[in-house]
Amino acid sequence: MADISSNFLGIKSPNPFWLASAPPTDKKINVLRAFEAGWGGVVWKTLGSQVKNVSSRYSAVSFGGKKMMGFNNIELISDRPLDLNLKEIAECVKLFPDRARRVPLMADNDKKSWHDLIKKVEDTGAHGLELNFGCPHGMTERGMGAAVGQDPEIARMVVEWVMETATIPVITKLTPNVHSVVPTGRAVVEAGTQALSLINTIQSITGINLDTLVPNPYVAGKSVFGGYCGPAVKPIALKMLTTIAQDATTSKVPVSGIGGVSTWKDAVEFMLLGASNVQVCTAAMNHGFRIVEDMCEGMNNWMDEKGFKTLNDFIGKSVEKITHWEDLDINYHHIANINQDKCIHCGLCYIACEDASHQSINLAYGKPYNTYTIKEEECVGCNLCQLVCPVNECITMEEHRVAPEYLNWIGFQKKGLPLNDH
Amino acid sequence: MIQPNRLTPDQYAENFSDIHPPFETTDAALVEANRCLFCYDAPCMKSCPTGIDVPKFIKQIATENIKGSAHTIFVSNIMGAGCSKVCPVEKLCEGACVYNFMEEAPISIAKLQRYSTEKAMAANWQLFKRKESTGKKIAIVGAGPAGLSCAHVLSREGIDVTIFEKEAKGGGLMTYGIAAYKVTPEFCEDEVNYILGIGGIEIKYNQELGKDISLADLQKDFDAVYLGIGVGLARQLEIPGEELEGVEDAIKFIYDIRNKGFNLVAVGDHVAVIGMGMTAIDAATQAKRLGAKKVTMVYRRTENEKPCTQAELDIAKLDGCEIIWLAAPKEIIGENGKVKQLVCSKMKLGEEDASGRRSPVDTGEAFILDVDMVIKAAGQMPFEELVKSYQIDNKNGKIKIEKEATNIAGVFAGGDCVNGGKEVVDAVQAGKDGAAAMIRYLSRKGAK
Repeated sequence: MADISSNFLGIKSPNPFWLASAPPTDKKINVLRAFEAGWGGVVWKTLGSQVKNVSSRYSAVSFGGKKMMGFNNIELISDRPLDLNLKEIAECVKLFPDRARRVPLMADNDKKSWHDLIKKVEDTGAHGLELNFGCPHGMTERGMGAAVGQDPEIARMVVEWVMETATIPVITKLTPNVHSVVPTGRAVVEAGTQALSLINTIQSITGINLDTLVPNPYVAGKSVFGGYCGPAVKPIALKMLTTIAQDATTSKVPVSGIGGVSTWKDAVEFMLLGASNVQVCTAAMNHGFRIVEDMCEGMNNWMDEKGFKTLNDFIGKSVEKITHWEDLDINYHHIANINQDKCIHCGLCYIACEDASHQSINLAYGKPYNTYTIKEEECVGCNLCQLVCPVNECITMEEHRVAPEYLNWIGFQKKGLPLNDH
Repeated sequence: MIQPNRLTPDQYAENFSDIHPPFETTDAALVEANRCLFCYDAPCMKSCPTGIDVPKFIKQIATENIKGSAHTIFVSNIMGAGCSKVCPVEKLCEGACVYNFMEEAPISIAKLQRYSTEKAMAANWQLFKRKESTGKKIAIVGAGPAGLSCAHVLSREGIDVTIFEKEAKGGGLMTYGIAAYKVTPEFCEDEVNYILGIGGIEIKYNQELGKDISLADLQKDFDAVYLGIGVGLARQLEIPGEELEGVEDAIKFIYDIRNKGFNLVAVGDHVAVIGMGMTAIDAATQAKRLGAKKVTMVYRRTENEKPCTQAELDIAKLDGCEIIWLAAPKEIIGENGKVKQLVCSKMKLGEEDASGRRSPVDTGEAFILDVDMVIKAAGQMPFEELVKSYQIDNKNGKIKIEKEATNIAGVFAGGDCVNGGKEVVDAVQAGKDGAAAMIRYLSRKGAK
């Protein structure tokens, strides 16, 4: 059995699955249930100045009958009294000493407010602080959350205040509502944050009620932009995570990966792109805490199959596989092949290729079943047919190199090779 | 003993309740609609005689565009609601569903079709607008699936249609010839009314061709005539004892069930049903459901050659009907003028016949079934005499057509009276084809 225990800035936990700062981590009752279910750690819902929430708070995007492909919320930081939160955090730390406990903070924009809040949190015995520079709604209007994270210099200043007083590890959570997460990431690392976490939610409108014409979520006939998360945002999170892993400054600190993690596979992907652990929220809001069981088992089995003994054996392994477009090998070529024994004659590959790609699939009419074959000389190897095919391994992409040697675009131009040779 | 009133009202209601119940909830329909792969040039669509764009109407359920979904169905098949209940989908659309190749259950196309069309009928969405009247008039004989489908297409094009129907209700075999647990007479009436909702179609009931009306009058009074007269006469067994009390034809038996009320239809203790087509199944299962103690189906070939579908045969088996393969009726023996026994010849399969099936050959052995009722469902005969009396070209009474036109100028035909008896959905398509041919005919005529 592989060892999936995690050590993040000295914060130890039995697995790398933490619950992100959100409603599931708002109260002692939830947090204890999460620990009983097996979660490795918890980032408490953000503490700060007193707020008041509205009703309703969440909305979602369904796709093809699958609920909550994407999810958004307009909830603020914890609206419970600070003293109650601090008391419950201390109790949870005592009951589950082996689990990671980080407390996220979002203070008013002055040094004293941050210093006072940090002192109170450290007194609970929490293992780390997470600075919430990411919340995209409600708090930004008060100059907090994403308003801090969107301006590298303000972020740098706040981290410097924090580092003056913090004695436990400090993680800074980044907002994705910027053209690049790297400038703020660099600024806060330079200011001394020991780690980063990303991404927070993305500003969004999930949809509109076509009867009332009011966007979701509905609050007395109005709505606001909400923070988008869930499976739909994973690809964006992975890209942003990778840019942090590729940068000389930000890659020096560990990263906690967040953004649509729902399964062990998602978690492995985040970690392959440089995350030391992952944080989960939407999947738990959708299915409850029990999902962690398969996350642990799945990751363990995968590691055993691949021969990875510890998490560090694979963290970051895929970062180097993301390159610049100019460095891609232009001599690589693959062509689709349709396995006629597996084909169910649905025609989805044909119509996708014919209408939207490179007209590389031949249709031989049959009643009721047509036969579809690849026009090999036309196929550009785009993958579209394989992506739309509903049958596992019916369409395979087979390698047909143009030439054996590596050749990139620069070299291609230098050689004066012909364009559009297909 | 043959007697009515064998069951309580509750038992009748249960025995004749909907055999293919609809989706109970929108959610259930959505789950199924979302399973559909939305195939291109879809095998289901190509297997539908009316060519309903199945993936499109299912996609429209998934996008909650039910009105659009119903329109997609009705534009190809105005009896899409009825067909969703009576079509042998296991050999048509659902049988062709690509999920069958994945060893997965095919999409419940019929059930989804029922979902959209029932909503359309319940809300009386009139999804077609009749063009302004052209002043052209067409007579249709027979308000069955072919006639109604033909009438609807013609009316859409602004042609005034009069349908002459020999029965007191429209719908043809849909109304009078199908098991009550598939469609109720009430549903059939609703469906006819829904089709007539477009306007421009008048049905004159109790008007039988050759009796109340003549082809010559129709030719005189209308710009064209369409014959959708179906088939009607049950094929005789031509064996001794066929005249005995207790021998009935399946068409009549089913007609009574649909027309009289279940408790008034008499059925025997032990019923033999001759034949293995859809009508034979409908007769056998309903005899059982009316309270017959024992029903035995007798068929002269084997299961491999059966004309009914496997799904239909399964219904009969689940209803407890016994089946004897390779048995041909030889004689019905009576006592005091009433059926007492059915003598059957044991058969074996011989050479292939014209249909490509091996034909049954008498082995010379026989056996006897003690029965008090014999229902004949050995096929239906076209109205040969009627057709011949008008000098319409025919083959054994089946009207010959070329591009839907008969040999008589301005007289067209389609449906069972042409093909000898196929599915409702085939008749609907025949009606559409007939309408298109008549529209071409009228425009040619107008141009002259």
